[in-house]
Amino acid sequence: MKYVDEYRDREAAEYFRDAIHKIVTRPWTLMEVCGGQTHSIVKYGIDEMLPGEVELVHGPGCPVCVTPLELIDKAITIASRPDVIFCSFGDMLRVPGSDKDLFMVKSEGGDVRIVYSPLDAVKIAQESPDKEVVFFAVGFETTAPANAMAVHQAKELGVNNFSILVSHVLVPPAIEAVMSSPQCRVQAFLAAGHVCTVMGYNEYLPLAEKYKVPIVVTGFEPLDILQGIYMTVKQLEEGRHEVENQYARSVRREGNPAAQDLVSRVFRVVPRKWRGVGEIPASGLGLTGEYAAYDAETKFSVGNIAVNEPEECISGLVLQGIKKPNECPAFGTRCTPSTRLARRWFRMRAPARRTIATGAMPHGRPEVLR
Amino acid sequence: MKPEMQFAPVCPIPFNEYPSIQMAHGGGGRLMHRLIEDFFVPAFQNPLLLERHDGAVFDVANARLAFSTDSYVVKPLFFPGGDIGSLAVNGTVNDLAMCGARPLYLSAGFILEEGMETEKLWRIVQSMKKAADEAGVYLVTGDTKVVDKGKGDEIYINTAGVGVVEHELAIHPKAVKPGDAVILSGDIGRHGIAIMAAREGLEFESAIESDCAPLNLIVSDLINEGIDIHCMRDLTRGGLASALIEISEVCGHQIVIDEVSIAVREDVRGACEILGFDPMYLANEGRFVLFVPEVHAERAVEIMNSRAGDAAAATAGTVTDAPQSILLKSLIGSTRIVDMFSGEQLPRIC
Repeated sequence: MKYVDEYRDREAAEYFRDAIHKIVTRPWTLMEVCGGQTHSIVKYGIDEMLPGEVELVHGPGCPVCVTPLELIDKAITIASRPDVIFCSFGDMLRVPGSDKDLFMVKSEGGDVRIVYSPLDAVKIAQESPDKEVVFFAVGFETTAPANAMAVHQAKELGVNNFSILVSHVLVPPAIEAVMSSPQCRVQAFLAAGHVCTVMGYNEYLPLAEKYKVPIVVTGFEPLDILQGIYMTVKQLEEGRHEVENQYARSVRREGNPAAQDLVSRVFRVVPRKWRGVGEIPASGLGLTGEYAAYDAETKFSVGNIAVNEPEECISGLVLQGIKKPNECPAFGTRCTPSTRLARRWFRMRAPARRTIATGAMPHGRPEVLR
Repeated sequence: MKPEMQFAPVCPIPFNEYPSIQMAHGGGGRLMHRLIEDFFVPAFQNPLLLERHDGAVFDVANARLAFSTDSYVVKPLFFPGGDIGSLAVNGTVNDLAMCGARPLYLSAGFILEEGMETEKLWRIVQSMKKAADEAGVYLVTGDTKVVDKGKGDEIYINTAGVGVVEHELAIHPKAVKPGDAVILSGDIGRHGIAIMAAREGLEFESAIESDCAPLNLIVSDLINEGIDIHCMRDLTRGGLASALIEISEVCGHQIVIDEVSIAVREDVRGACEILGFDPMYLANEGRFVLFVPEVHAERAVEIMNSRAGDAAAATAGTVTDAPQSILLKSLIGSTRIVDMFSGEQLPRIC
């Protein structure tokens, strides 16, 4: 497959593996920010190829992992209403709230649908004028333009039975939170290629300077990641702390201004709670006044639902790279790979381009094949 | 609240215990296996059931018989490369074939929804007849029930089948031995993507057709040619990954698979890239894995390819004496453990 196979080439991968082995002289801890990168690392066994000195810590860039309990409970409350069609990306359905997940809501008769694009949810709203259609708008800067477009389109078309439950978070404040922790072990970052495709990487320059950390904007194919690691280790070994762009075939320094314009028109920066981390100031997006009518939290009066994350949860420490999942008391007992409790290691994820790229698919579920 | 649930709220980790049936209980992953292990196996416990094969194999008088059943609830009813009728025949034929049996007779149970167009039923019935002729089986008994409008998806079909085992081979996951070659009968993932594309209105340059096909003729060729078959498993829900894991769990050995040798058609790969699916977990309806001694591998591949149609069988891995697990040699030359998914593959957010 063109533009894919080239980046999964074995010989080229071995070249970068050898190059990393050659330059490394002491232990380094790198954090790959994005869940899509974690997915590739696990899927292709990239961590197995690295020298023992290079430790990868899997960062907070996974919207499924960082969406707080409270927001899942709000989603469940809304999805349980008989007048609602609740639309979501597939993998949010099995994220547990306080006592159930969205799959359970569906099995109890809730109309919960998997969509591949928020624009599909707008279409469903047009086709179902007697229902309220709610889209679960989770994600980082990558999904923000498509979600902004859905709200913008609904407003243009006068689709008033559409709203979004916003759970948008931003990468730079997360990096800031990781770095400002006194226990922080992370010495360099692989920044998320698709987030930077939208936002560019100017906002990472002050972070690299302030915390003296190399930040390499990195793609998602095995060669991207290996090259990103190489560039990062090289900076560390040479005592540099710059922002470099490995993913130049997708990322420009200024990002995608058209997408940024739309996002800043529909959304504004707000404080957000992160699962296991707590509230981080100016770390997420909420709807602007112009689009407030599309805010599902207000529409369904769920703003008052507040759930505290129990203190014994170590997921915040895992997300910050301070603890490993196996330091959780449930790891290996109630939490095993087969029950997906060890999801930080085993979860299956992929690059973020797709949710934006696929706008043509109606709702539906892929479960019954036989 | 069950003890397992008490931890759930503190951790962004999916539930693995549900108080009610979820779609994922039928998804071919870990949840479905737990349902079988927790409910059906203990309730019906008997030596044949505990074999955990695609069907039960037992002796009656002087004959060795295989018996299997399967239900079909596919949506949409018609899809490129097949329909619920051909699936209902081939699915049970293949389960019998995987036991090393020659399928003989099938039953068919129809659950019809009030209001279903009879023209559709006719097309399905004709398709079943055609599939049965191709596989050389007879539909010899059946049942019809009609449910209220809205209580079924037009039609559900159950088929059960009986076949005869006419050889001395002990074909079973337990017969898999270190050193065995693992042969994959063709490219994977087509049925899963064909169904998804038909359901979601995904369009490709040319339609991806399901691989739905009977496997009994290939299997009988292998047996007639004297291939020492240790085990076979057709790749249905849960795909290649789940089939290998199930076999590894029963035989207790490690299976090493080489990703480079797993054929996935270009269009199926493209669809997987867009949707975020792994072909290893996609459903198939006309593919199987075969375990034979290394010395028989080359001949087995030859035999399979002489009858395989558009499939291309190839050796894709080997069994080692390491403890049970599936090790995948990735495209870039590294390795990873292949795990069963919890419920079903879900399209990912990013």
